[in-house]
Amino acid sequence: MWAFFHKLGSPRWFYGIAARLSPWCWALALALILIGSVWGLAFAPADYQQGNSFRIIYVHVPAAFLAQSIFMALAASGFVFMVWKIKIADMAAAMMAPLGAAMTAIALLSGSVWGKPTWGTWWQWDARLTSMLILLFLYLGVMLIRRAFARPQSGAKAASVLAMVGVINIPIIKYSVEWWNTLHQPASFTITERPAMPLEMWMPLLIMVLGFYAFFAAFTLTRTRTEILRREGHKRWVKELFEERP
Amino acid sequence: MKTTTSGLTEAAEPVREAGEGLGRAVVATFRRDLTAVARRPGDALTPLVFFAMVITLFPLGISPDPERLALIAPGVLWVAALLSALLSLDGLFRGDFEDGTLEQLLLAPHPLSLLVLAKVAVHWLTTGLPLALMAPLLGVLLALPQGSYLALSATLALGSGCISLIGAIGAGLTVGLARGGMLLSLLVLPLFMPVLIFGTGAMGAALGGGEWLGHLAVIGALLSVSLMAAPIAIAASLRISIHG
Amino acid sequence: MRLCLEARQLACERDGRWLFRGLDVALKAGEVLRVEGPNGSGKTTLLKILCGQIADVDGEVRWQGRALPRARADLLANLLYLGHAPGIKANLTAIENLRWYQALSGDGCPDAQLEAALAEVGLAGFEDVPTAQLSAGQKRRVTLARLALSRRALWVLDEPFTAIDVAGVAALEHRLSDHAARGGAVLVTTHHPLSNVPGLRRLTLDGHRQVAS
Repeated sequence: MWAFFHKLGSPRWFYGIAARLSPWCWALALALILIGSVWGLAFAPADYQQGNSFRIIYVHVPAAFLAQSIFMALAASGFVFMVWKIKIADMAAAMMAPLGAAMTAIALLSGSVWGKPTWGTWWQWDARLTSMLILLFLYLGVMLIRRAFARPQSGAKAASVLAMVGVINIPIIKYSVEWWNTLHQPASFTITERPAMPLEMWMPLLIMVLGFYAFFAAFTLTRTRTEILRREGHKRWVKELFEERP
Repeated sequence: MKTTTSGLTEAAEPVREAGEGLGRAVVATFRRDLTAVARRPGDALTPLVFFAMVITLFPLGISPDPERLALIAPGVLWVAALLSALLSLDGLFRGDFEDGTLEQLLLAPHPLSLLVLAKVAVHWLTTGLPLALMAPLLGVLLALPQGSYLALSATLALGSGCISLIGAIGAGLTVGLARGGMLLSLLVLPLFMPVLIFGTGAMGAALGGGEWLGHLAVIGALLSVSLMAAPIAIAASLRISIHG
Repeated sequence: MRLCLEARQLACERDGRWLFRGLDVALKAGEVLRVEGPNGSGKTTLLKILCGQIADVDGEVRWQGRALPRARADLLANLLYLGHAPGIKANLTAIENLRWYQALSGDGCPDAQLEAALAEVGLAGFEDVPTAQLSAGQKRRVTLARLALSRRALWVLDEPFTAIDVAGVAALEHRLSDHAARGGAVLVTTHHPLSNVPGLRRLTLDGHRQVAS
């Protein structure tokens, strides 16, 4: 167990394993997203209430899922980095944060686009959208604090601490925002919560969600490899790696 | 054992073990910070004046109509309280950082999380508590309806405890940064939102003639969670800021 | 137990540059060790590593034979560290500053002792003046009064002579050798020659030489 952990923590070993894994992840992501979007956009039945506009669910929901999962991953990486000083965890966290923020932004934008035909307005203080907005602020904080320090090492630790503090707060924020929402809009119509979605509607959704997760894995592996090269560029193994090639 | 030139200390005692006098160190830090605030009362008054000024802006910006003001009063009071807390949070560790006493605090042979708790307690006593006591006065200016004044003070008193604790994490992270104050607000405002929601929720309940003590209890729960978790995070962030 | 602080194979990198590599340091009771080197050679960093403030370095530091992260609390209980900044709060008086330090270190002591210590560094009559009104040299002297009060065995002093006049320098040199003679140990960085300190040991940090080794 420990040996495996330490091996995983070695940038050199991770660089190799990521190179082998990432093509599979990319292929899986591409296939799932392709199948899911064609199925969802072209073949799934239209919603009896919302018509075709509901189809944005196939982007909105996976993005919202990822937005939250990536923040958890960020905090987990921060914990691993702070406790075991495993640098790979921080490199991955540095690469995941912008993706998470982008996913949050996509979830917000798609929610807003969806809101126009459904609610007749671009923005409504719906509980989920409000939580998403706060999550976006948390992401921005984590990304900004990392860059604020002159020493990357300090920025990495600060971002880790903030991510962990944020992750403790997320459930509290979610709960309080939901409670606040029921207080002010008792009869609000939540877009994503439907009583019963027929199989042919949620199957493509499931495929899309899985596709987005595969994309997240592929993206993180590839970007972390680049980050390893950037940070470890002066190490001997990296130099040897590129001297062999020509 | 020889004596020093002054005869003050008996000897450089050979090596001893850690872990004595924690209580004395915490009390001394608490008293030191309180004395420092007492010497410069202006620093503690600024957030209060700021609070009053922000409140004054709303009738000017919206309308002096008491009915409209009464509607927004709970939210305005709470938001103004959050903003004025931000103003004072930036200075929580900055003075100590600049004169080097923060570095010395980190070198004390005691748990840093308990020592910083003393500093946060002083911050709450000199900003949060006065704010909670002053808020009803400004509530009058905003035509806050009868029956919610106690709720206002009580929720602000407990809520500002959370704000001091959570805000200190951000203050610790940004203490070494030039213009850290701007970043501080960005980092901690999202974390303040639950407190804001339950604070104004309690006032809404009090205004509606309902039971607001339940909401106060939720804020109390948030305070206890912050009391347990925040000191560890504050200590960690100070270590990052000082030692990298 | 006799004091013993040692470091083996220390290597510290800052901004892609090695400050030092393969550095061995040992400090025992009765010694004064002066760390020398040009600006930016890592003197302050080394001091901070040796007293457990900076931990992300290669190599190990041992206090009384126990490795550092674990022995850190015990090291701190025996450490008096004076950094670049005087560590004096401007709106407190000299005596209030010292009182806080004494309480923080767990050695409470009566005000008479604090006053005597201040008198010893030439600040008699300035006890109750807010330190904001003192000169830079006087502020530094308030810091140095902590040496007179301290019962800590290990002194780590980063440029303690800053802003101190000639008489003050001599007194401080005397205090350092006195502390060593009583079984303490001193680790100090300074540009002063410390010619009045008998048996002074030196450690030279020279970026280039360290990289070569």
